[in-house]
Amino acid sequence: MLPASSKMPHKQPPPPRKQSISMGRGARKRDEDSGTEVGEGTDEWVQSKATVKPPDQLDLTDAELKEEFTRILTANNPHAPQNIVRYSFKEGTYKLIGFVDQLAVHFTQVGNLIPKDSDEGRRQHYRDELAAISHQGSQESAKVVISETEILEEEEEPKEVEAGSQTDVPIVEASEKMAEEELMTPKQPKERKLTNKFNFSERASQTFNNPLRDRECQMEPPPRTNFSATANQWEIYDAYMEELEKQEKTKEKEKTKTPVAKKMGKMAMRKMTSMESQSDDITKVTQAAKIVERMVNQNTYDDVAQDFKYYEDAADEYRDQEGTLLPLWKFQNDKAKRLAVTALCWNPKYNDLFAVGHGSYDFMKQSRGMLLLYSMKNPSFPEYIFSSESGIMCLDMHVDHPYLVVVGHYDGNVAIYNLKKPHSQPSFRSSAKSGKHTDPVWQVRWQKDDMDHNLNFFSVSSDGRIVSWTLVKSELVHTDVIKLKVEGSTTEGLEGLQIHTVGCGTAFDFHREIDYLFLVGTEEGKIYKCSKSYSSQFLDTYDAHNMAVDAVSWNPYHTKVFMSCSSDWTVKIWDHTIKTPMFIYDLNSAVGDVAWAPYSSTVFAAVTTNGKTHVFDLSINKYEAICNQPVVAKKKNKLTHVQFNPIHPIIIVGDDRGHVTCLKLSPNLRKMPKEKKGQEVQKGPAVEIAKLDKLLNLVREVKTKT
Amino acid sequence: MKTLVNFFPDLFQAEVEETLKRIQSHKGVIGTMVVNAEGIPIRTTLDNSTTVQYAGLLHQLTMKAKSTVRDIDPQNDLTFLRIRSKKHEIMVAPDKEYLLIVIQNPCE
Repeated sequence: MLPASSKMPHKQPPPPRKQSISMGRGARKRDEDSGTEVGEGTDEWVQSKATVKPPDQLDLTDAELKEEFTRILTANNPHAPQNIVRYSFKEGTYKLIGFVDQLAVHFTQVGNLIPKDSDEGRRQHYRDELAAISHQGSQESAKVVISETEILEEEEEPKEVEAGSQTDVPIVEASEKMAEEELMTPKQPKERKLTNKFNFSERASQTFNNPLRDRECQMEPPPRTNFSATANQWEIYDAYMEELEKQEKTKEKEKTKTPVAKKMGKMAMRKMTSMESQSDDITKVTQAAKIVERMVNQNTYDDVAQDFKYYEDAADEYRDQEGTLLPLWKFQNDKAKRLAVTALCWNPKYNDLFAVGHGSYDFMKQSRGMLLLYSMKNPSFPEYIFSSESGIMCLDMHVDHPYLVVVGHYDGNVAIYNLKKPHSQPSFRSSAKSGKHTDPVWQVRWQKDDMDHNLNFFSVSSDGRIVSWTLVKSELVHTDVIKLKVEGSTTEGLEGLQIHTVGCGTAFDFHREIDYLFLVGTEEGKIYKCSKSYSSQFLDTYDAHNMAVDAVSWNPYHTKVFMSCSSDWTVKIWDHTIKTPMFIYDLNSAVGDVAWAPYSSTVFAAVTTNGKTHVFDLSINKYEAICNQPVVAKKKNKLTHVQFNPIHPIIIVGDDRGHVTCLKLSPNLRKMPKEKKGQEVQKGPAVEIAKLDKLLNLVREVKTKT
Repeated sequence: MKTLVNFFPDLFQAEVEETLKRIQSHKGVIGTMVVNAEGIPIRTTLDNSTTVQYAGLLHQLTMKAKSTVRDIDPQNDLTFLRIRSKKHEIMVAPDKEYLLIVIQNPCE
């Protein structure tokens, strides 16, 4: 479409659109507006209809309608921009360019005519001439060959190639005739072929296809295994822990590079390899088996376990300050059936573990001994079993090393068992050479490590010696601390020597705070207060009992008070500064053992040979026991030892049949002093001491009065 | 304890055997079995079909329980698993390589 810069001058503005086609005004609708093309002829048939104005049509007045608009035809390009602005770097501003190119290209076509005079034109012309001449030349030679047979004169003519152009036409005609006759001649005039896309020939040849042959070779596929793993948080954690362990091991190996260790390492490697070859080694189930055994026991003794933990005797409220002992578990072992319980000790670290020493008190019937360690979690079988040739009379567990148990035998030997090692033999043992006692060892007690950090314990025996044993480089070295002498009983020996009768120690106890102070009870019924530093003299002597002193024990809270019991049926409580006892209790039967309660300074328990256990609380009742209970079934069963558990409200009682009974203390036996309302309940050693002091003062006042 | 086991295998073997015997002869215990890490029973006091069934099922359950405990806290580990049913109680104690299963009738 030709872009016209003007339209045909409208004499009138475009009339409002009418649906009727009245051509009266002669207005011409543009092609775009008119939807219908109506010829002149149809006008007569179409009736005029009413005009309908579109709603958005401009309303113009008649004067405006008749207004004339002039349009001017110019040669300007209507599409050319009229206000081009260019940035002038010289002036640094935008400048309006007045002149705008008005050239409008309507049509372009690239052609292939070249002028004759140009270089390319002349070259082409020259080529054409050559082509024509050669063409003519070949024709002429053909003509010559033919004419040679006829006329010989025309041999010179082919040399006149230059003049060929003039004689082109007639020769061509002639040659054409000749060409037709001589189709068979070898030198045919080659027509110069125009190379173009449309005239080409393809050349192909078929070669022989080599036959294909398959060559295969089959191999065994590489073995495949499926590998799968899960990446959990804990698997990653495990991997890191293993790495850490490996690193630590390598560090340790670097540190300990001694030949002994290497030898051991080799041995270990050999044994380990031989063991590892055994698959399904049942020993790895040890830990699991232990756990399961405990679980099974827990099920069986479920009610007992519940009682132990939660049962509090409600009837105590009505019992008016008396309490009871609830029997819980009973520990016994077939192997120790004939042996009496000679020692009991709770483990200081693990509150459910306790050690039982078995032996015999009977002088005539001496046989072997056993050391059993039970856990409350497994009442049916001991955790550790050790047997010895001679009866065990006493034992003690080290506070800092809860796996070390020191044991005193009836034959006077002492031995240390290490629970970490699997042997059933003691790690260290005294012998006749190393100064064992010559009489049964009645009590052993661990002491604090000495200056060189060697383990140290004391033992007391009927041979009158109190010996301190030190473990120096895996050997037991003994030192006599004190020799007990019976005062006032010197006999004249040979040559005027004064031989002192040796007293027999049966019990001792060390003071908790004052390290060097300890008490020794003897067979004669005396109690000596001794010091570790003075080996020949006693600090003090108490005429305690009429018969042998079975046990002495310092009060756990009060530093001055201790207690002793004896086969003379009495239990006496002393203040070590006063020679006479503060309290005396007669229990109607030989007292085997007494023990202070760890939770109160005024509570203690005593066991007697008639099978009864007595529990006293001095703050409640100074004269009588608040609990007096037969604990074992048969009357012939004598109770030998009693121990309070440091944490739980239970006591263990051993008898001479080899049974250990565990009993729970009822609430009345564990009463804490009631404070007045409003005051805080004070706990702690100070309170306990004060409590006891009050009682003691009462007694002292009474004494001073009498 | 682990290295000692390798040094003195006989000692511990006898002990473990004795422990297992004791468990079996304990009051109310119906059966015991030892299952290895792949769920194959090594030792049992019950008949074959029951053993295989228990081993397979409990092995999966124990692995799941262990995974649960450790996912919550990787430093924690499963000690044992008890399943109390109307008739009896199944107790499973997992070890690093083995699983010890005991079936007990607690209240006889």
